[in-house]
Amino acid sequence: MSLHGPPTSEIDLDGEGEPPRRRLLSSTSALLQEEGAKAAIVAVVSTLAFFGLATLLILSSPNWPRVRDQFFNPDDFAKAAPDVVRGFWLNLELFAKSMLVIPILALIVAVMRSLRGPAFFPIRLIAVLFTDIFRGIPLILLVLLLGFGVPALQIDFLPRSAEFWGLSALALSYSAYTAEIYRSGIDAVPESQRSSARALGLTQWQAMRFAILPQAVRNVVPALMNTVVSLQKDVALVSILGIREAVREAQIYTSRTFNYTSYLVATLLFLAISIPLTRFVDWYTARDRRLRSQAQV
Amino acid sequence: MSDRPKLELRGVHKAYGDKPVLNGIDLTVDEHEVVCLIGPSGCGKSTLLRCVDLLDPIDAGQILLDGDDISARGVDANDIRRRIGIVFQSFNLFPHMTVLDNVTLGPRRAQGVEKRDAETRAVELLERFGLGDKVHEYPNRISGGQNQRAAIVRALMGDPEILLLDEVTSALDPELVGEVLAVIRDLAERGLTMVLATHEMGFARDVANRVCFLDGGQVLEQGPPTALFTSPQQPRTQQFLQRVIEAGRL
Repeated sequence: MSLHGPPTSEIDLDGEGEPPRRRLLSSTSALLQEEGAKAAIVAVVSTLAFFGLATLLILSSPNWPRVRDQFFNPDDFAKAAPDVVRGFWLNLELFAKSMLVIPILALIVAVMRSLRGPAFFPIRLIAVLFTDIFRGIPLILLVLLLGFGVPALQIDFLPRSAEFWGLSALALSYSAYTAEIYRSGIDAVPESQRSSARALGLTQWQAMRFAILPQAVRNVVPALMNTVVSLQKDVALVSILGIREAVREAQIYTSRTFNYTSYLVATLLFLAISIPLTRFVDWYTARDRRLRSQAQV
Repeated sequence: MSDRPKLELRGVHKAYGDKPVLNGIDLTVDEHEVVCLIGPSGCGKSTLLRCVDLLDPIDAGQILLDGDDISARGVDANDIRRRIGIVFQSFNLFPHMTVLDNVTLGPRRAQGVEKRDAETRAVELLERFGLGDKVHEYPNRISGGQNQRAAIVRALMGDPEILLLDEVTSALDPELVGEVLAVIRDLAERGLTMVLATHEMGFARDVANRVCFLDGGQVLEQGPPTALFTSPQQPRTQQFLQRVIEAGRL
């Protein structure tokens, strides 16, 4: 059955002798296409209706004019932007630095936890304690504890910069989570893969390094990338240590002017990074799933 | 050729939890001998092979490889595994590596063979077993039979003293069984010492020097294939073979 106007010689293909036009419409794919067009119209109308109503609701609220001046003031936007953008560079820098530390630290913890045999018990114990403790503390508390607590100890050889300890808190907390992601990937590699690697005479470590980990990491790349998205935003938590990143700069502007538009600037900056990142993760995850299902011949 | 057996199991016991699987296995395999293990599912064939390769520790008894007690405490298991080749039912090639990398991983990493030397030998063996054009393929791009032949090459790369084959044709489509059996037959003719756990009775009859019937974790009966298949002595063996014949597998 063709959608592109069958030539006359094919008209009687299914022997019903109907005019081509009607057959076209009655064919399943044509129906689907019609459904698709209908669905698209419904989607557009309902979207417009929803957002139209929402906008109307906000604009007609009694306090809207004040809120508009407080949060959406173009003048304040222009005035706050330079400082907030400068602060955002620091966010990106901290983000990049923690991205260097977290994957490696997490991998070490995950491998430590996956070692077998009684001799490695202490190593496994350390890994378990690490994940339990740093996953168990709310990130904001960890930032406060390390950021204010450790410098207060005044230990000579430890750095005292808030930035360092804020970054450490991020790295420890996220490494604990990421280690668990790696571990789920390691556990998902069939036991028979480990057997075959050991059967070749590889040591436990070699089997992990050459046979298990490459498969494990591939298993969890989508999950890891989701963690990256959330890390990108959580970097803002170090603002409570007084580090002048985007959120802190926005706060400073607000306390000076009693205008909140600076927060809008920061919000847009974070969205500018996280939305493309999220789209990329979705695209990558879908591609990975497609490639894997193709590979199973 | 020495007169001591290549492989000897003495009273080997093994339980998983409180479920006994091996109940005092006594078995000897001489050099250049091909021994087939047959028996119902769960009789301990696979466990026996895994224990010989030290993939599972045994609870009691002794395993001797060329006279060395490899079940003793303090033995370097990695060293022993390099002397033994094992091939599994489900091939277990590493999916993220090409056939060539799969086959050379053991020699390069466990035995310190140079990459170039390992690859030369790998290509030679792969070609011998009809995989010359699959060297750079990934396991999911080749058939089950080709996977299993590559897995056999991988096990042979370290020049093992003995090759263990654990139902290597059971996971294959029927039309692919022949090509794998041909490889094993070739190895048998070259005098490689082998222990096969198998459901292929016809093949066992052709290629084995000795067939062992396992039941309840023990070697219940053993002998040359013609004797065992035509006049089994034990009632359990008779019963098992009767069922195999009824199923059209012999």
